[in-house]
Order: sequence, then C-alpha cells, then structure tokens
Amino acid sequence: MSLWSELLEFGEPPRPDYTISDRDQILTRVSKALEKLPNRALMPLYDSKVVIQHSVLAGRDPVEVLGERMQRVNTKLFPNPAAIVTYLESQGWLRGYCAPALWRTFKAHFGPNFKVELHFESRRLDDYQFSITLAGGAIAETGTIILTDEISSSRLSSLAPWAHFAVILREDILLDVPAGIRALGLDRSTIWVTGPSKTADVEGILIEGVHGPGVQGAVVIEQRVK
Amino acid sequence: MNGRKSVDQAAAELSAETQASVYHSTKVTHEKRTKLLFDQYKNPDQLRQWAGEVKQHVIDNLDSYLPAVEARMQQNGIKVHWAATASAACHTVLDILVARRAYRVVKTKTMVSEEIRLGRFLQHHGIESVETDLGEFIVQIDKDHPSHIVRPIIHKNRREIAQSFEREGLGAYNDDPKTITMRAREHLRHKYMEADVAITGANFVSAESGRIVLVTNEGNSRFCLAATRCHIALIGIEKIVPRDQDLPLFLNLLGRSATAQELTVYTEFIKGPRHEDQLDGSDEVHVIFVDNGRTDVLESDCTEILRCIRCGACLNVCPVYRQASGHAYRSVYPGPLGAVLSPLMMGKRLFFEKADLPKASSLCGACHEVCPVNIPIPDLLLRLRNRAHVRGVAMEGSPPMGAWSVLASQPLAWRTALSASRVLNRLPTDLLPIPALQAWEQSRALPEWRGGAFRKWLAERRRPS
Ligand code: SF4
Repeated sequence: MSLWSELLEFGEPPRPDYTISDRDQILTRVSKALEKLPNRALMPLYDSKVVIQHSVLAGRDPVEVLGERMQRVNTKLFPNPAAIVTYLESQGWLRGYCAPALWRTFKAHFGPNFKVELHFESRRLDDYQFSITLAGGAIAETGTIILTDEISSSRLSSLAPWAHFAVILREDILLDVPAGIRALGLDRSTIWVTGPSKTADVEGILIEGVHGPGVQGAVVIEQRVK
Repeated sequence: MNGRKSVDQAAAELSAETQASVYHSTKVTHEKRTKLLFDQYKNPDQLRQWAGEVKQHVIDNLDSYLPAVEARMQQNGIKVHWAATASAACHTVLDILVARRAYRVVKTKTMVSEEIRLGRFLQHHGIESVETDLGEFIVQIDKDHPSHIVRPIIHKNRREIAQSFEREGLGAYNDDPKTITMRAREHLRHKYMEADVAITGANFVSAESGRIVLVTNEGNSRFCLAATRCHIALIGIEKIVPRDQDLPLFLNLLGRSATAQELTVYTEFIKGPRHEDQLDGSDEVHVIFVDNGRTDVLESDCTEILRCIRCGACLNVCPVYRQASGHAYRSVYPGPLGAVLSPLMMGKRLFFEKADLPKASSLCGACHEVCPVNIPIPDLLLRLRNRAHVRGVAMEGSPPMGAWSVLASQPLAWRTALSASRVLNRLPTDLLPIPALQAWEQSRALPEWRGGAFRKWLAERRRPS
C-alpha cells in the first residue's frame, strides 16, 4: 500500500493548530484517550519494604553489613582516617582537597609532603588527585554512600578527583533503600554512590574511572573532631 | 536507518563478528540478571507484577498525574514546558539556549533526545552539543545510531572505536579499552567545564515530590549537573511514579534488569535549582514534557507498552534481537520493546511504515518473562499484527498466504495438495518466484516433503486391531 492510498483512507494529516498550546493539546488528547477506558487500573496495595534484602541485614551490625556490601561494589572501606592517609601515601597521591568540616579530623595524619587544600577550585580540577568530603549518610543494604547538597557545598569536589573518600558518621548509616528514600527530605540534589564510576561500553569490559572517581573509598567515624 | 530493509534481511547481512559480540553480551547480561533476582528474592515475579500495576495505574490516570506533577515541580522552582511533537521539543530547547546565549551543551544519554533527533537539530543551529555517555559519545563521533537502549555501541568492537578516536584527534591508535576510556575521561571533563547547559532525560519522576530521578553508571550525568548552570530535562509523559516510596521498587528492578546491579552506581534525586550555599550546579531547571506519539499509544489498545522503564532486558533475551542487532529495527527503540512501541509511535497515519516490526518475533514469550514491569509483549505484538492485517498493510517478505487459506479451509483440497506436493521434492524450490522462500533458502535447505504421512499414520492407528 502506498503513502497515497494511506492518505486517501485517513484524510490529510491534521494541520497543527497553533492557537492552542502544546500543554492543552497534550492534556486534551490524554483525557480523550482515557475517557474511553471502561475502568482504570487501581494502585496496588503493596509495601515498599518488599524490596529489602532481609537476609543481608538479619540482625547484624550495620557497619559490618556496609563494609561487606561496599566490597561487593568495589568501594574501599577504611578502618579509620589515618588508614586513608597511609593509603594515599602508598599510591603517591599527595595533592588533594579536604572538606573544611573534616580538617580537624584529618589534619594530624597528613605529613609535610602532602599539599591539601580546603577550598576546591573547579577551574583547576585536574590539580586534585584525591578529595575527602563528608557524606550525608550511607545505606548498609547496598553499600551506598549518600552525598547531599545540604552537607557538601561542592558537588565537583567529590566527583572530579581520581580518588574520593566519603566520611560517614556512624549515626547516619541507614539500613535499607526505603530508609534512604525517606531520608531525602528537602535536599535539592542528593546522589547515591554505589561504587566507582564505571563503564562497560567497550566490548562489555568493565573499566573504572570513566568520568568520576576510579577509586571510591569510605570511612565510618563516631564523630567529627570539632 | 538502514532504508526499508526487513529485520531478517538486516540480520542476514550482519557481519559474523558483530553478530557474535551482540549475542555474547546480551546473553551474559541476561544470565547475571536472572541470578541476581532469584538469589535474593523468594518471589521476584511478584515484584514485577506490582511494578507493572503501579505503572499501569499511572498511565490510566495520566490526566490527573500530569497536572499534579507540573504543579509540584513549579513549587520546587522548576520551569515546566510541554512539547506535543518532536519539532516542538527541539524548538523549546533552542529557545531556552537562545535566551541564555548558550552555545555549548553537554548531554547525557536520553532516549527522548534520540527520538526527536535533538543532536542533529542543535548542530544545524550552530550549537555544540556533546554526548557524554561513553557509548553515545562514540556513536556521535561516528555519526552512527545506538543499537541498544542501554548499551549503545554493543555492535562495535575496540578496533573500530580506536580508529574513530584516532580520526578525531584523541591520540594515536590504541585499542586497549582502558586507554580508550581514559582518553574519553580527559576529553570530556573539559567539555563539561566549558558548557553552559546540561541536557538530560529522566528515569522516573515522583508525582508526590516532583523529584527527578536519574541513574548512570559512569557519573556523566552528575558531572553535567555539577559543572553547568542550567539543566534541561526532556521527559516522556509516561515517566511518572506516584510516590517517593515507590522508587525503591523501581530502582531495584531497573538496576537488576538493565545491568545486573543491585543499584546503578550513581542515582541522583533532583528537586530543583541549587541552594545558594551550593557552589556547583544549576540555577535554572527546565523540564520539557514530551508527547511525540505517546498519546497515540494511549489511544491504542496497547497502552501497556507505556509502562516501559527502558531497561533493555527484553532486548538481551530476545532470540531475534540477538541475531539481528538493533539497527535492523530501523527505529530508535529496537528489540521486542521497539517492535511494539516504534510502529505505535508513528501514529495512525504512518503506522504502516513500521507495521512489519511486530512480525520480527517468534512469540516465544521470553520478553514478557523478564520485563520488570510485566508488559505482555507477545500479546501486544499479536494485536499489532492484527491491526496491520485489518488495515491491509502489505508487507514485503511475507509469503503470499491467499492460496494457503483456500487450501486450509477445504479438507478435500488440503488432502489432495498434501500428497500432490510430494512433487516439491523434485522441484528446485529456490527458483520459485516467492521472495520470502528464496531468502529463506539462501541459508537453509527445505526438509524433504512428507505431506500426508500424519494422516496415514492416524488412519492406521484408528483402525481397530
Ligand atoms: S519492555 Fe520491559 S523489558 Fe523491555 S525495555 Fe521496557 S521495561 Fe525493559
């Protein structure tokens, strides 16, 4: 069947009506289509907790679960701030950024060979080999770090350097994904980070560090040094 | 895309290498997904059913959800636009760019932008728009089309990619995947910093909070939204979920179905423009709700396909997709999903252009089994085949069935034909003037004709011994 016979059968294509807005056009078409429905699907009654992996959590210490789940997604969990600094030194990564709120917690561990800035200058983002920022929390079930705009004032600082370390307060660890959603609150932009940045676009081979950190680390602390 | 070749023609012409790589990666993803779902949940099917019901509920009530989500977003400080057609969507984007005097854009992967061909449109208007998803970036520099909705370059190997990088001045030829990836990292991070506007899609939108949810593994979307001052999100009108508390179910199923992960690496929840204390990110957030054929689907008897969360699981499991790869479907959406959605989105008037796609399926039902929102794809394919039949759309490549239907409805004629057809064994069947048969015979031989044998066997069996 040719285009012409199609046109004869269904008439000319309707000319767009420029007098009505796209909004009205869409909403009118939606209403018209739905009017014809004999009945509309009801919202199912289900509990959003059905997705929780209870076997993973089962009465265990949240920090232990967090560590185990982080390992699965290749986030390195360090026992304490000093261990992070030792690791950095072993890698030869000496230039970096530390969030001002964490400076007192880390300051004592950095040797004189380190060059650590307390202000992240995005114009020089390639100058930072690592960054240490405060997380809004974590989700144990999935080994996820929660970064919020409320807590961190620079989104780029946790993203651009090759290695990023998130500092998590023990009391901010949530058990499961539904709890993570409930905690979103009023934050304008929250991001959950479950592992290093990665791609498998080239022949399905997994490569880490495609845009964001190639090394994603974390540490749980009881409280910040004020 | 590929002219008007039918799916099986395209499959037959695919190089063995491409075919093997598509086959391999789809199979691996599918198997991992199955393991992940079934190891962790006693009844994963129940999850799919609930997710399907939630999305169907939204689709059946879009007339109330759409205005509700619009109001919520406006309260959150987002500017909401509407675009009935592809061209309206492109022009809305352009208007925003012009108002900001922006001529550099970074983009994340969004299927809507593929639909409306935004890249070409922006280029035509002198705007530099850079794809930042590694796969999409390679598609862009090769002026190619994605062949999978989650893995855009599933059809390319590292040597082709290395050649493209060399041609584009991204370093001397090197086909090590790690080197390729690191070169893209260097190149793209400067593009983010130079750009003024970021264009993204959305995986979900919560009607309750107006939150936009975006997932990526690469982190490119976060980079886009950290480095630029203006965010434009192109969102299909069907992307809504009712409440924030529905997100765990969908995030769970999306990560597992798309890439066999418990959660995608980066999951972003965007509520509005940045707070003044935040140094990075957008002062302006624009949402463009795009129809572009979706209301045509809503008017059809196949609205279930609007539940789709673009996970790609049905592509990975489909025996036809595995053989044919994505370009064979001549559409932005390939695979079982595309076989349903693509013809419908053409609208009633142009349906016939893609009416052959629903035939590219063996109706094995695997797509339905894996679909995280429980879309009965085989049923929909049948409805569309019927629609094509009722509308009398002639399809190339279909064997002429007229004579067959006469035979099959008249027992005597059928019986005679069955035994008479033994003559086929002595005819050179590949010379018969039936294109479908010729195509089929190019790679296979017809088995020997044994017409009538079953009837003979049955008659003998019935005879009392
Ligand atoms: S139709 Fe279902 S399986 Fe296919 S991409 Fe959409 S959601 Fe995934």
